[in-house]
Amino acid sequence: MKTLLKRTALAAMIGLSTPALASVAYVSNEKDNTLSVIDTETREVIETIDVGQRPRGILLSKDYTKLYICASDDDTVQVLDLATRKIVDTLPSGEDPEQFALHPNNRHLYIANEDDAIVTVVDVDTKDVLAQIDVGIEPEGMAVSPDGKWAVNTSETTSMLHWINTETFEIEKNIVVGQRPRHVEFSKDSKIAWASAEIGGTVHIIDVDNLEQIHEMSFKVPGVNQDRVQPVGIELTSDGKYAFVALGPSNHVAVVDAQTYEVLDYLLVGARVWQLDLDKDEKHLYTTNGVSGDVSVIDVQDLKVIKSIKVGRYPWGVVIDPTS
Amino acid sequence: MSFLARTVTPLLIALAAATPLKAESLDVRIGYLQWVPDQGPVLSNVIPEPEDAGLRGAELAINDNSTTGKFLGQTYSLQSDVADSEEAAIAAFDAMRENGLDLFVVNAPASTLKALTEKAGDTTLIFNAGAEDDALRTGQCHVNLLHTIPSYSMLTDALGQWLNQRRWDEVFLITGPTEADRNWANAFRRSARRFGLEIVEDKPWTFDADLRRTASKELPLFTQARDYDAVVVADVRGDFGEYVPFNTWLPRPVVGTQGMSPVTWHRVVESWGAAQLQNRFRELANRDMNSEDYAAWAAIRAIGTAVSDLNSANATEIRNFLFSDKFQLAAFKGRKVTFRDWNGQMRQPIPMVHPRGLVATAPFEGFLHPNTELDTLGFDRPESECRNNG
Repeated sequence: MKTLLKRTALAAMIGLSTPALASVAYVSNEKDNTLSVIDTETREVIETIDVGQRPRGILLSKDYTKLYICASDDDTVQVLDLATRKIVDTLPSGEDPEQFALHPNNRHLYIANEDDAIVTVVDVDTKDVLAQIDVGIEPEGMAVSPDGKWAVNTSETTSMLHWINTETFEIEKNIVVGQRPRHVEFSKDSKIAWASAEIGGTVHIIDVDNLEQIHEMSFKVPGVNQDRVQPVGIELTSDGKYAFVALGPSNHVAVVDAQTYEVLDYLLVGARVWQLDLDKDEKHLYTTNGVSGDVSVIDVQDLKVIKSIKVGRYPWGVVIDPTS
Repeated sequence: MSFLARTVTPLLIALAAATPLKAESLDVRIGYLQWVPDQGPVLSNVIPEPEDAGLRGAELAINDNSTTGKFLGQTYSLQSDVADSEEAAIAAFDAMRENGLDLFVVNAPASTLKALTEKAGDTTLIFNAGAEDDALRTGQCHVNLLHTIPSYSMLTDALGQWLNQRRWDEVFLITGPTEADRNWANAFRRSARRFGLEIVEDKPWTFDADLRRTASKELPLFTQARDYDAVVVADVRGDFGEYVPFNTWLPRPVVGTQGMSPVTWHRVVESWGAAQLQNRFRELANRDMNSEDYAAWAAIRAIGTAVSDLNSANATEIRNFLFSDKFQLAAFKGRKVTFRDWNGQMRQPIPMVHPRGLVATAPFEGFLHPNTELDTLGFDRPESECRNNG
């Protein structure tokens, strides 16, 4: 709240065109080369920002002043200043950056270079490339554990989770999972990692202390062919209650009990649901639906879909700025 | 460019760090044989077909497998031979087998494939990545022969479903003179019966009516009929088919081997991560990936998936794994691909494309099947005499 006030006051003083004040969600539109900015109060698109080519993964800096954008076809990571909503900088990223993750130190950005089978680590302050780590074919998902110890990359064609030691930048363990692993999400205490396998149709639960799989989940959406149940994005509530799993072309989000790994419900959203993000107080979950070109809003309390918001073509990533 | 210079050193360090941890490594050797007979002179020869179609797909899959293999202590190598006759292809096959190879990918006509499978022992596994003939899937099966290239019937069933769901159910069929053309047309006639299409005209293309006329003058007259919704062309080698679109008597779309075509693979397929496969292929081969490349790629990736799981390159074990529930391959077509246990055919969605765009992907919603919708394409178990797994 403080940051918001400061930023607003500053903008007002300098007399910049002030962006709307409400809490906002940013959505990358892969085929429009834009970001849609959604006001989370009115749940409407309030601005569309031109960015680089084929924007996919997006994430916020730890101080919530910047948004990093993988502009895959421009082979770069763009930096959007959230106060002005202007692209202010670019970072070296290696070829075809798709997803990335920021270390809690707010400096080391781990970027999956999909076409090169490499993970690039960039210091966002100095723009130095700290390491390039050989991984499997089509590195995709990237996650850094909240305690900063591990960076995990999923390689889609190799079907592995590569566990990278964040001090040495070396792979310490490879865990084979289902076909086409897409995304990794850590529990808040860094003890459990959830990894989705899109073609395998599974979610793998990894015990981080031992780096062993402790559970494998599968999904059955009533009336949907099993081949089309394809887990992609995962989002966990911080109270450890729920995991939400986007199930791709089945057009459903699974609600999972994060303790027992039991599926509680399937919620119908837009077509080919990809990524998810919770808002600040975790009352609403936003999903990007690639094929239908919209964002679904789920009420977390009632577990009901309450709205769909039209955005650009092939919305890919979504993040909600908790300070706005 | 400064970025590149800066990354060289860390790259080298990272490469050194990624060397396999295991001391002993498993070497997987795969043979690739190609024998594609000359198609004879064709009218439409503006865009030549690549001569290394298939081979480059195999090479890409070896690279893909090797990247995975380096984390598991497995290495892959390809021995390839592009033969100029059936005899030469068989001789190369014999030489490779003598050399200890028992995993093969073959891009050759059905007759060559049959000759090879007859010579192969029980422990030799062959992937057909070139012959679309239905006969190989309906009666002339072999327990150790798998097919990663779809059959003509899978392609024409895809087209049949599409025509049905568009309600374009009266079609004008033109069939070229080659055996492949007749096989394709026969497959389409079966698809027409399955999906409620009526072939209002069924004409062979001979182009001997009046040789003073060009194809574009000949075709409007050739396609005269009371009415039809679409023209279906069976011209597998691409002789006259390219001249059918826009030259029909009635203003109707052209589909089949030309116009909008059901294919195994095409450069316009980009969803489900296919863009990355296309990029990797273009970087390797400096051209677009086609159906033969895809079929060879899928065969070697299937082997790689089995080897990763089994940590063995034994052909019999690989075969059994590929037919088991444990096998699944992400093959950039939107759903996992598996092998039909009765005839060894790889189940797969079929893209329908025109030269610059994807139109749709079969199977379509509403065509139901008790096991998998993918089995609405091609010869289902009850329609095939093959029982490769009992």
